[in-house]
Amino acid sequence: MISTLVIMALGALVLGAALGYASIKFKVEGDPLVEKIEAILPQTQCGQCGYPGCKPYAAAISAGEADINLCPPGGMDGVRKLADLLGREVKPLEVEEKPKQVAIIDETTCIGCTLCIQACPVDAIVGAAKQMHTIIEPLCTGCELCIKPCPVECIHMQPITENLDNWKWKYPVIEIKRAA
Amino acid sequence: MLQHLFGFKGGVKPQTNKAPSVQQPIGQAPLPARLYVPLHQSIGGSPNPLVEAGEQILKGQLIGGADGWMSAAVHAPTSGTVLAIEKHVAAHPSGLPTLTVVIAPDGRDEWITRTPLDYRSLAPERVREALRDAGVVGLGGAVFPSHAKLTAASSVAVEQLVINGAECEPFMTCDDLLMRERAEEIVRGSAIFRELLAARRVLIGIEDNKPEAVAAMQAAVQRLGEDHEVVAVPTRYPAGGAKQLIRVLTGKEVPASKRSTDLGVQCFNVATAYTAYRALAYGEPVISRIVTLTGNVLQPRNWEVRLGTPLRDLVALGQPKADTNKYLMGGPMMGFEIPDLAAPVIKATNCVIAGSPTLFPPSPPEMPCIRCGACAEVCPHELQPFELYWFARARNFGKTQEYHLFDCIECGCCSYVCPSHIPLVQYFRFAKSEIWSREREKQAAEAAKARFELRNARAEREQAEKAERLARAAAARSSERKPASAAASPPVAVAESGVASAVASEPAIASPPIDADALKKATIVAAMERARAQRAAVQPRNTEQLTFQQQREIAAIEARRANLQAESSPDEVNRPQRAAE
Amino acid sequence: MGRFVSRQRHFQGKRNMTHYLFIIVGAVLVNNVVLVKILGLCPFTGVSKKLETAFGMGAATTFVLTVATGASYVIDHYLLMPFGLEYLRTLSFIFTIAAIVQLTEMVIQKTSPLLHQVLGIYLPLITTNCAVLGVPLLNVANKHDFVESLLFGAGCAIGFSLVLVLFAGIRERVEGADVPTHFRGTAIAMVTAGLMSLAFMGFAGLDKYQ
Repeated sequence: MISTLVIMALGALVLGAALGYASIKFKVEGDPLVEKIEAILPQTQCGQCGYPGCKPYAAAISAGEADINLCPPGGMDGVRKLADLLGREVKPLEVEEKPKQVAIIDETTCIGCTLCIQACPVDAIVGAAKQMHTIIEPLCTGCELCIKPCPVECIHMQPITENLDNWKWKYPVIEIKRAA
Repeated sequence: MLQHLFGFKGGVKPQTNKAPSVQQPIGQAPLPARLYVPLHQSIGGSPNPLVEAGEQILKGQLIGGADGWMSAAVHAPTSGTVLAIEKHVAAHPSGLPTLTVVIAPDGRDEWITRTPLDYRSLAPERVREALRDAGVVGLGGAVFPSHAKLTAASSVAVEQLVINGAECEPFMTCDDLLMRERAEEIVRGSAIFRELLAARRVLIGIEDNKPEAVAAMQAAVQRLGEDHEVVAVPTRYPAGGAKQLIRVLTGKEVPASKRSTDLGVQCFNVATAYTAYRALAYGEPVISRIVTLTGNVLQPRNWEVRLGTPLRDLVALGQPKADTNKYLMGGPMMGFEIPDLAAPVIKATNCVIAGSPTLFPPSPPEMPCIRCGACAEVCPHELQPFELYWFARARNFGKTQEYHLFDCIECGCCSYVCPSHIPLVQYFRFAKSEIWSREREKQAAEAAKARFELRNARAEREQAEKAERLARAAAARSSERKPASAAASPPVAVAESGVASAVASEPAIASPPIDADALKKATIVAAMERARAQRAAVQPRNTEQLTFQQQREIAAIEARRANLQAESSPDEVNRPQRAAE
Repeated sequence: MGRFVSRQRHFQGKRNMTHYLFIIVGAVLVNNVVLVKILGLCPFTGVSKKLETAFGMGAATTFVLTVATGASYVIDHYLLMPFGLEYLRTLSFIFTIAAIVQLTEMVIQKTSPLLHQVLGIYLPLITTNCAVLGVPLLNVANKHDFVESLLFGAGCAIGFSLVLVLFAGIRERVEGADVPTHFRGTAIAMVTAGLMSLAFMGFAGLDKYQ
């Protein structure tokens, strides 16, 4: 009986020592996975996921604190890519997916308060105090963060329409015709 | 002139249907009532409009300036008045509008002063610039700016210059007629290209179903005493693809990752050589092109059409038959259905085919892929279209790229032979544009991230600067006061604590020598105090959901704090008097 | 192992290369640990969605399994048997395997964080992978010596990886196929696994020609 205990204890000790040594030897610093996740996120920095920006959300996903379906601007595509990267199940988005939008400032009502400029996370609004502001369309990520601060409600969102630069070939559809 | 020919793998031999449109010489299309000249007609940057609505313009006048190196200029096809610069339907499968210069011709067709260039004495860079400003682009259909192709790779000398007169698409005969009628200009243009590239040999490849064109070109070469080699290549679609023709004539295979100049070959269309010569030797920019009008029309023929002519006007010249139900731009293999005949003729319009249900029967329904491999056999790029199809259909774009989707030239051979009538090329185009759009989005996201990070860094820096400024200001104030109030040590300590508080501001107001500077400082500090009070009022205090006991404690503490403030403030009020002493 | 191993008993004294080859081939194909013995199905269905992950999991399992068989042999023969502690076999084997798996996990996390993330729960689950425990126990049951144990462990591991990679390849293709809605995902994977198992039954009899 004693010898049994001694042997098992000895075995446990040896294995424990080996594992302890390994945990020091193979210590992981930083988390390179966060960068991979962040590369998938759309970088709108809109905070719709509940985290203050894309990087914190990526960190939360990596740590297993956040689900992968919290990013509406990334859309289902983003969820699918994250699921692919992390080997998790694809889940439907928490919030409904919206078409891509850009913010438009109604230049006649703008009073030049600069509040939206301070709110824009990606520096897509130009203007100076008491001067009319405008949005640089190609730089706007459609995060809607500038809408709330505007005191005169002169900013609205407009879906991006199809043009020759973003036009895509459509998925071939087979027409179903009634047989004569 | 013996030339060993190489083959390319795959390819198909569709019915050529070229005979009807070569019966008559090239005709001059009449001037239409309106011309719609799109500004963006080539690959690369979109030219900027250089004219205004209402402006009188002359034929050949620059109306769109090249935007950067990778772009080509656009010119007025005739003289007249600019009516508007507006969005007009583009000659594009989408039928979306593009920025277009609308011109009302005055009928005089009056040329701008044309200045022939002495290209022989000019530096090559000047010649390339001249070609860009004359709007010379690849007229085979790709509309790639030609000047950008006329630079030899620094490491490899150009061995062969291939002039592409193969014209393998069925129905299309515009290059055939051009070679028959204007062979000399093509040969001279090729000679210019050759000089610019310092190419050792010039090979003119023409499919052997165009013996008249071969003869005409050979005669022209001899007449001009050039040593270009005119080579008849076997007729097999897509022998006219740049990579295929290079393969056939030189045996060199251009990989997707490289440009042909890296292998010492460059390839130009015959029409490009022609326009380049016209541009340099006559000072005539590209304002028209030869368009084959054929198919289900009574008068199939090649027309020299001004760019900007609405397709409706062009089509009317051929007198389409009654059962015509659609029009194709480009050939039947690689072309697309024109969504709107209001779209104009552009530099890429090499052929317009009227289609009817008998000429192009509607394709039978798509059936499942049976993996017969017929598509792989005919693929000129030795791809596996059935695998590409499988993954493109499942939207597995990563896998399509693993199977070299971007090596596909969309020649349509696979769709042509598919026994299941699968529109393979459509799937590949879909996959390609989807991948491109994702790439664009990714780049936009990366740029947004960079801006976001810069903005955060800037905010941090500004905050640090502000704190520093405040600290300096406080320090300055305290040192200012020091000589006056040597005895008053407690207020100095308050001021030195960094945060300029209201208590510190009061002495300034009360002190007898009120100078403007101090007043200004005081108002600022007062404003800050107000802001702080405001913020404090707004800030949640987390004291709502507390027990009665806790609330009582808080109340007691608050009362104590109020007491303390009341005690300390008379002290503060006394201070200025002391300071004045 | 059945027939194949019992046949080997007759040639106990003769340890030549053919004998070792038969052990390996038998473990990889004839008695494939997943498709014939139906062991280790959890990672087989869980980590077979992508080829790369399947490769990673295969490699990790191969490493763990080979080392575990060796270590189990040593523990069994030099620790348990001399003291008559055979009844502690299963327990001590699990100990050993758990330690090796932990070690592997640390190494993978350091060397390939992405693989670590992708393998996710399945990496620590190698601990409870019945194939990994089953093979050392089969070694004991078949009275393999040290070299045989190692070869058998490696063979089983290679068989596991082979089947996992094949299955992942098939599943990647099936992703693009027109599978009826109700069969999508795990259902069609199970059907596929069944068909693969049938196919591997065809290897039975390879040992007839020895």
